[in-house]
Amino acid sequence: MTAPTLRIRPPSIRRPGPRTRARAVRKTKTFSLNAVGVLVALVTLFPIFWMISTAFKPSQEIYSLTPRLLPAHPTLGNFSAVMSGQASGIGSVWLFFRNSLLVTVSTVVLASLISLLASVAVARFRFRFRASYLIMLLIVQMIPGQALIIALFLDFDRLNLLQSLPGLVLVYSAQALPVSIWMLRNFVATVPRELEEAAAVDGAGSLRIFWRILFPLVAPGLVATSIFSFITAYNEFIVALTFLGQAHSDYTLPIYVTFFFTRGGAEWGPIMAASTLYTIPVVLFFLIVQRRMTAGLVAGAVKG
Amino acid sequence: MVDTITNPPARAAGPARAPRPGRVPAGRARALIRRYRLAPYLLLLPSMVAIALVLLWPVVQVTLYSFQNYGLPQTDGAAPVQWIGLGNFTATFADPEFWLALRITVLFAAAAVTLTLLAGTLVGLLLHQLGRVMAGLVGTAALLAWATPPVSASVLFYWLFNPDGGLVDWSLARLPHWLVGSTNWAGFNWTTTGALPAYTVVTVLVVWQGFPFIAVSVLAGLKTVPAELLEAARVDGAGAWHGFWRITFPLLKPIFLVLLLLSVIWDFNVFTQTYLLTGGLGNRDEFNLSLYLYDKAFTFPPSYGLGGALALILTVILLIITVGYVRASVRQGALS
Repeated sequence: MTAPTLRIRPPSIRRPGPRTRARAVRKTKTFSLNAVGVLVALVTLFPIFWMISTAFKPSQEIYSLTPRLLPAHPTLGNFSAVMSGQASGIGSVWLFFRNSLLVTVSTVVLASLISLLASVAVARFRFRFRASYLIMLLIVQMIPGQALIIALFLDFDRLNLLQSLPGLVLVYSAQALPVSIWMLRNFVATVPRELEEAAAVDGAGSLRIFWRILFPLVAPGLVATSIFSFITAYNEFIVALTFLGQAHSDYTLPIYVTFFFTRGGAEWGPIMAASTLYTIPVVLFFLIVQRRMTAGLVAGAVKG
Repeated sequence: MVDTITNPPARAAGPARAPRPGRVPAGRARALIRRYRLAPYLLLLPSMVAIALVLLWPVVQVTLYSFQNYGLPQTDGAAPVQWIGLGNFTATFADPEFWLALRITVLFAAAAVTLTLLAGTLVGLLLHQLGRVMAGLVGTAALLAWATPPVSASVLFYWLFNPDGGLVDWSLARLPHWLVGSTNWAGFNWTTTGALPAYTVVTVLVVWQGFPFIAVSVLAGLKTVPAELLEAARVDGAGAWHGFWRITFPLLKPIFLVLLLLSVIWDFNVFTQTYLLTGGLGNRDEFNLSLYLYDKAFTFPPSYGLGGALALILTVILLIITVGYVRASVRQGALS
């Protein structure tokens, strides 16, 4: 195709015409944008990379005067010290994993159930205090944990729920509710009402409609919502720090890492190994649900 | 399956038809629910109970404590609870440490909010321009920073900025002189030398963890901006800069307002990161309001009254910001 053009206008082919120049500009632009992108990604990932790298270094490399990016002699010693419980002196990391898992899973289940009920009310019914309820959620969500912790500490002390995992589950579930309901109601609202009406005509009761029709259709929304209760429970610090006190065997992972870290005479290898183990599940979880989460973020935060 | 077969006849006689006299109580309850339209309230009940007990009642209690001399003798029953009027508040306002903590909180929030919004917006714009693969790479990196639990991230940054073997001091000591490099950086203790270095670390950490949320939200907003508008502006000779300020920014203003208010609320409240990066409660001149409150309430001897007064002050400040947030959300049609 190019040959005839060449024959007709031989002189102009060497000079870049306006179109080629535009293409060159676009190419440079794409290239520099990609370069910036790579740079941003590297800078963002570096701290995490450094945590993992430190976790695999033997201690003479960690305190070496010339730090190396990658361990010269990678070791699993830090991990085994953390797993045997020898590094922290209060137990194996698996114990705290178990505690965190129990608290997190219970919170996710409890918060999902309660917020599903509430979001059906808000999305399906028009009632008197609907707007006030929604605004109350927005406001309550902003009350800082630090403001509540004094009264919670004294109340839960009286109820004998300090230094216990169920106490934490109660607090976390309630804390997760406002955002969960606020997000979930959007998902419930997208389920076509006709489906429920058809089921009602066929004689299905409300409970059956709820479980057989609404629940399966809202399930993707529940996944997105669960992420937030998951983070709330898995990352929570101030309540666990205050409630658990010296009850070492009930520590959740963040309190275990903190104990380890504030104990003095910090050994960075085991601490980084413990943080890495603490971070991996949540990061994996996020990567798996990445696409849903972006949708959830947009639905829950930007619109709300 | 057995359920499916046996149930419909039983239900057919249920609340949809006229309630038969002498039916089982369950049916009557259902009729009552229907007649008084109780369904939404019943559905809301569990959430209301949980929120009232764990989130609302403590605020009421803390408000009461803030006007009492509530402390260890009172919780033990060794001494009576006394109402002391505004005593806790006057004591707080007379304490120079409170004003220092307030100053640190406000300055830190201003710096962290500005930088987080700036970085987040820039990355959001970048993500919008990048091709699929590169956007995926940057997005995943940002997601990882966001997903890292605050405790892990704080401990990690403590290690990065550690005077003994930390990477930041090592690198700064090796930078050329014209780029603030100096051997004085070797062994520089960021966390205990005062509020400025300590909060520099906290700011870097908070921006690192906070920008992804802003970026994703801005990106979502950018996708709603009609391409024809920007194209038209370009035809009229507007560059990228003008295009952003004349078209994109005005359209995204509501989103930016919500993000701004949310960031202010979050950064005003930072506890985990400041607790860990300023050495537990060890450095009083590095307290922000949250640490100051926590120290008053829980460091021996605990004063729940003083802590309550501070909790009330913090809550009121945040409520004022929240009112702005709620109004911005409602204006965006969030209640529909």
